[in-house]
Amino acid sequence: MSSYSVTEPSQKSKTVAAVLVIAYALITMVPLVWIILTGFKSPADAISYPPKVVFDPTLEGYVNLFTTRTRVTPEDLEALGPPETWYDAIVRQYDMVIAGPSKFGERFLNSIIIGFGSTFLSIFLGTLAAYAFSRFRIPLADDLLFFILSTRMMPPIAVAIPIFLMYRQLGLSDTHLGMILLYTAVNISLAVWLLKGFIDEIPREYEEAALIDGYTRFQAFYKVVLPQAATGIASTAIFCLIFAWNEYAFAVLLTSATAQTAPPFIPTIIGVGGLDWPAVAAGATLFLLPVMIFTIVLRKHLLRGITFGAVRK
Amino acid sequence: MAEVHLRNVTKHYGRDVGVEHIDLTVEDGGFVVLLGPTGAGKTTTLRLIAGLERADAGTVHIGGREVSSETPAQRDVAMVFQQYSLYPHMTVRENLAFPLKSPILKTPKAEIDRKVAEVAEVLRIPHKLDNKATALSGGEMQRVSIGRALVRDPAIFLMDEPLSSLDAKLRSDLRVELKRIHAELRATLLYVTHDQVEAMTMASKIGVLDRGRLVQVGTPREVYEDPASAYVAARLGSPRINLLPAGLMDDAPPGAHVMGLRPEHIAIGQGHEAQVARVEHLGDQTRLHLKLADHDLVTLADDRIPNVGETIRIAPRNPLWFAETGARL
Repeated sequence: MSSYSVTEPSQKSKTVAAVLVIAYALITMVPLVWIILTGFKSPADAISYPPKVVFDPTLEGYVNLFTTRTRVTPEDLEALGPPETWYDAIVRQYDMVIAGPSKFGERFLNSIIIGFGSTFLSIFLGTLAAYAFSRFRIPLADDLLFFILSTRMMPPIAVAIPIFLMYRQLGLSDTHLGMILLYTAVNISLAVWLLKGFIDEIPREYEEAALIDGYTRFQAFYKVVLPQAATGIASTAIFCLIFAWNEYAFAVLLTSATAQTAPPFIPTIIGVGGLDWPAVAAGATLFLLPVMIFTIVLRKHLLRGITFGAVRK
Repeated sequence: MAEVHLRNVTKHYGRDVGVEHIDLTVEDGGFVVLLGPTGAGKTTTLRLIAGLERADAGTVHIGGREVSSETPAQRDVAMVFQQYSLYPHMTVRENLAFPLKSPILKTPKAEIDRKVAEVAEVLRIPHKLDNKATALSGGEMQRVSIGRALVRDPAIFLMDEPLSSLDAKLRSDLRVELKRIHAELRATLLYVTHDQVEAMTMASKIGVLDRGRLVQVGTPREVYEDPASAYVAARLGSPRINLLPAGLMDDAPPGAHVMGLRPEHIAIGQGHEAQVARVEHLGDQTRLHLKLADHDLVTLADDRIPNVGETIRIAPRNPLWFAETGARL
């Protein structure tokens, strides 16, 4: 750009903006990178002072995360012969043998089932409710919407004890269904309000055209409205998933043996055989992945929101 | 194609009048244009026929069938909207095929391909078929949306100001196109517009709406030459009809309150003196803005074009007379 332009930023301001953005990105990424790096450190490197930026990477943290181990005497170790696998070898450096798998895999799977299950349910119910609020003349619609919003006005944990008692009575304590219902109940208000906003933006004429083109109301909804609400659904789904995925307090309170999710489990690793920071960091790293992947997969829809709606008004 | 018949149809939105006591027949193969300003009830009438609104009173018959309890899909009508006409997440081809794929028609694939190709040809968009609907120009979008109606063989085509968002050139092209399509398909059309040129050029019958009421129905010539009221007279004609006090120029018939003078009702050269206030050269015609005893009027110049400030003489010739209520005498 040689000439002056009102809309086009100058080369200098572009450079300044780029430097600021990159600097900010680096600063926010440091803790994340530190967690990921710690996952590949040995326990000694993880707690060394000053902190080590350069170190010999090892998979110890991951092995410890996925296994339970027992200490054996050097003679017994001798008697076992050479280690059969690479993870056996890692463990034996510390005079230990693998006793069996840890609960991490199971807890992680619980997180996936409960997180994605409640996200799906929130989006499913939220989309239907939002569509109805957006399109139909519902008696007391404004009051109902306010009521739905009001469920979010106090911190969910304030009702922890009543929920704990109710869940015990209903047999929902420590079940996947119970946790899915709970997270859905918390997320549904957000989903209804966000999605209503997105659906309000879609002109009714599209559905009316589909109705006249020979489709039923429901077909018009899923063939015409849903594809256009994809942006809104994607971003709402990310919000719902992040809440359900990271939720800690209810998970601690209501789950233990069968339906425990990863957040309450990861801190318990600390207690097994001393402060095993690399294992905790490895757990945290793996725990980050699903939300990141989910967001990246849906990114296309999020970005589409910018160029969407190129219809002449 | 079928005849569509509205009898005493009334629709209110809360306290606002949508339409009131509409009686209208669109005969098989007819091209009826509803004319009126914004809020006159034109679109409401279309929506009532399409089944997008439910009438408070009155009946709608399509092809002799009472359709009040039928869904839009069952009524077998096609509608072209003023805007938002295309499904933005589909290609042009998918847009055109969408009505044919409906559970009511369930057209076989080969038939869909044939019809889509045919309509694309008629509307001169075959090279755009695989474009995204949003990648079209305004004129192309509107042609595709007309095409989406044309792929079907509905009882009636309902068109809600389909040309109003287009530029002048495209509008006149598509006007000719629509007229040709109407003639070729022997289609029944109910067309809504506030553009009198569209009404005059395309309609076999014009219906004029005023605040929800259908005030006159007739051929374009009837409505133009023999308007039922001052309101109707003012809807057609360019420049607009001049509405002047009845006694201003010559004697008025008893009961007359307003004299309506179209440009062709004004003879230049003799009669009352009028000052030329402004001259507009439009190329094919020259408009004269005249001042006659404190009243403004507009007419067309004949062979000689006067200068601004000049005084010319004008006389009424077969004017239209209206009573105080606006009704024609």
